Amino acid sequence: MEPLSFKLNTVRDTPKDEHLYPGSSMCAGCGAQTMIRLFLKVIGKNSIVVNAAGCMTLLQTYPLSNLSTGWLYTAFACAPAGAQGIRDALDSLIDQGKIPDEKINVLVLTGDGAAYDIGLQSTSAAMDRSLDFYYLCYDNEAYGNTGFQESGATPYASKTATTPVGRVNDIGTLKPKKDLFEIWRAHEPSYLATISPAYPMDLMKKVEEASHLKGPKMFIGFASCPTGMGFDPSLSMRVARLAVETGIWPLKKYAHHEITHTILPKFTPVEEYLKVQNRYSHLFNPKNEEAISRIKEQVLLYWKKFGIVPKSNSHS
Amino acid sequence: MNDLITGNEAAAWGARLAKVDYVPIYPITPQTEIVEKISKWAADGLINARVTRMESEHSMLTAAGAAALAGARVFTATSSQGLLYAFEMLYNISGWRAPLVMVNVSRGLASPLTLLPDHNDVLAARDSGFLQFHAETCQEALDSVLLAYRIAEDSRVMLPAIVNLDGFYLSFTRERVDVPEQKDVDDFLGPYKVKPLSKENLPSMGITTLDPAVYSYFRYQVHEAQKQAIKAIDDATKRFEKFFGRKLKAIEAYMAEDADYLLIMTDSFSTIGKRAVKRMREENVKVGLLRLWALRPFPIDDLVQAVKGKRGIAVFDQDLSPGLGGIIYQEIAGALYGTDDAPKLASFIGGLGGKIPTDLDFEYMVKVLKENIPPNEPHLLMSKSDMELVKKQREIALRGGV
Ligand code: SF4
Repeated sequence: MEPLSFKLNTVRDTPKDEHLYPGSSMCAGCGAQTMIRLFLKVIGKNSIVVNAAGCMTLLQTYPLSNLSTGWLYTAFACAPAGAQGIRDALDSLIDQGKIPDEKINVLVLTGDGAAYDIGLQSTSAAMDRSLDFYYLCYDNEAYGNTGFQESGATPYASKTATTPVGRVNDIGTLKPKKDLFEIWRAHEPSYLATISPAYPMDLMKKVEEASHLKGPKMFIGFASCPTGMGFDPSLSMRVARLAVETGIWPLKKYAHHEITHTILPKFTPVEEYLKVQNRYSHLFNPKNEEAISRIKEQVLLYWKKFGIVPKSNSHS
Repeated sequence: MNDLITGNEAAAWGARLAKVDYVPIYPITPQTEIVEKISKWAADGLINARVTRMESEHSMLTAAGAAALAGARVFTATSSQGLLYAFEMLYNISGWRAPLVMVNVSRGLASPLTLLPDHNDVLAARDSGFLQFHAETCQEALDSVLLAYRIAEDSRVMLPAIVNLDGFYLSFTRERVDVPEQKDVDDFLGPYKVKPLSKENLPSMGITTLDPAVYSYFRYQVHEAQKQAIKAIDDATKRFEKFFGRKLKAIEAYMAEDADYLLIMTDSFSTIGKRAVKRMREENVKVGLLRLWALRPFPIDDLVQAVKGKRGIAVFDQDLSPGLGGIIYQEIAGALYGTDDAPKLASFIGGLGGKIPTDLDFEYMVKVLKENIPPNEPHLLMSKSDMELVKKQREIALRGGV
């Protein structure tokens, strides 16, 4: 990968170049698109995006494209394998002296359905083979493109179209969110981080850091999703910010065999985050108080593992 | 070089001589020997191809198609369950117009699980847009790979191709194979024509359309390209004969010219069919055989020509579409329907799971044609001794009071 020709110290250093143009048919306020826009600002247009079925597949609808990069849509389960084919083809031709090495980046772009569920195997294998690529998972915690059904990424107590709330089940999703970060980390990728559209400097710095490394560079981004999660598009960045401030979406990186949290939570009460989203509206019924307590416990448990505890106990 | 090699090795030689840039691999019986051979050649530095072990056939096909679009000449191989596991990508890759070559070593599909060949695997891919060429001999396995590249990469075609060879009967059978000189193959094939990805060439590929007319247009294009492939086959096989002296055709006619009756077959069992034809000829039965080498594109015009004036055609299907019958029979019936003096057709299912057709089977097929037995039902070939064996095994299986 080509090292960047600029330094990212403040938000003023953000590259002016845009590689994701406006005018797509995506939802207003989609956090995923903000992340893609920032991500591409760092790695540049000399890239090919390899996509799996998901919301972002519709970024490109014939005959229009709003990306200045290349693009290949594969299928649901196999974008990392498509990335492998492109990388291998270019490397083979470079090694044989048939083409010069133009340092073309290969970026896999999928939602959480592909990353956590149907494409877990192909991602695992790409990391196993130390494929030199970027992976950006925009995680809106459900199958968003098909109308917000439960996925491996859906957290406990989220309502979805296939885990609705009813007389028998008044919680919605009963399982916890799958820990993809740890699953990916077990593969020892060159770089691994979580990102958020509400923390652009954190996001871009991580991508910049990763760009100096060869091998798998893996990113899981919180995709605030007004359509699926159920909030007004104008609140998208606020929801993304609250996910981090409450401690629900830890911003961290794993590089050189070490996990570092890049932004520490304020331990803002989780209710602040839950109450603005329709997918959690059923929790604010007095008989579901226990579910909210459980979410709080999960958050505290996570941070305790890293020796990070709230300053006061006011949150609980 | 002229050597005794297996069908698998012959197919691998085809890839080697085509100087492929990339081979994504995944093992499956009876194909594995192909990717082992290629891996060894790569390890020994005898080929420049990059060989990558994938984690499934689905990913293998994805990587193969993506690499072909990125500018690499690509070879890969699979069998049976593997082909079906990769299935959705076949349609993608034909839509991508990525002219790679994949060998399928035929093997019957589970369940019951088997290792021996029939063609339900490869015929499942008939609607995918892949070209399909079916080899009868080890020599043809090699030749078909070279021809497949020439035809797939023809600018009128630009479609992926499957070369089929039968598991075990061809894959593990050694025959004398003439391995062409590298220089001749270089001249025969020419360089791969897809422009490699570069800063100046980063297109959008495989993208969505929600407009039915646009979708139809692009799928029609795949059909048009298949039709152009008929001409490309003609040109490529003529060129092949000039370079290497061997003649291949979309349909091979064996003792067919003066025949009253024809058998239609594909793949390695055609050799058994030819032997039966020869023997029946000695008894003055005027029978011949057509062997389909190209199944996609389906050589309709050649077929109509070849059956003109015949009294009866027996189609031997080494496949079964339950609830309908023989797949190739249906295609032939469709092709001949409404043509002048179309001969009588009869359908025979045999060779499932590698069941070898016997002399009696072939005699029965001709008898059906001669006696004009109504053709509506496919004849499921099963001899008395076959049935004895089944009965014996069922008795053992049912022992123990189930
Ligand atoms: S459904 Fe959600 S993730 Fe998908 S495009 Fe709309 S806002 Fe973005």
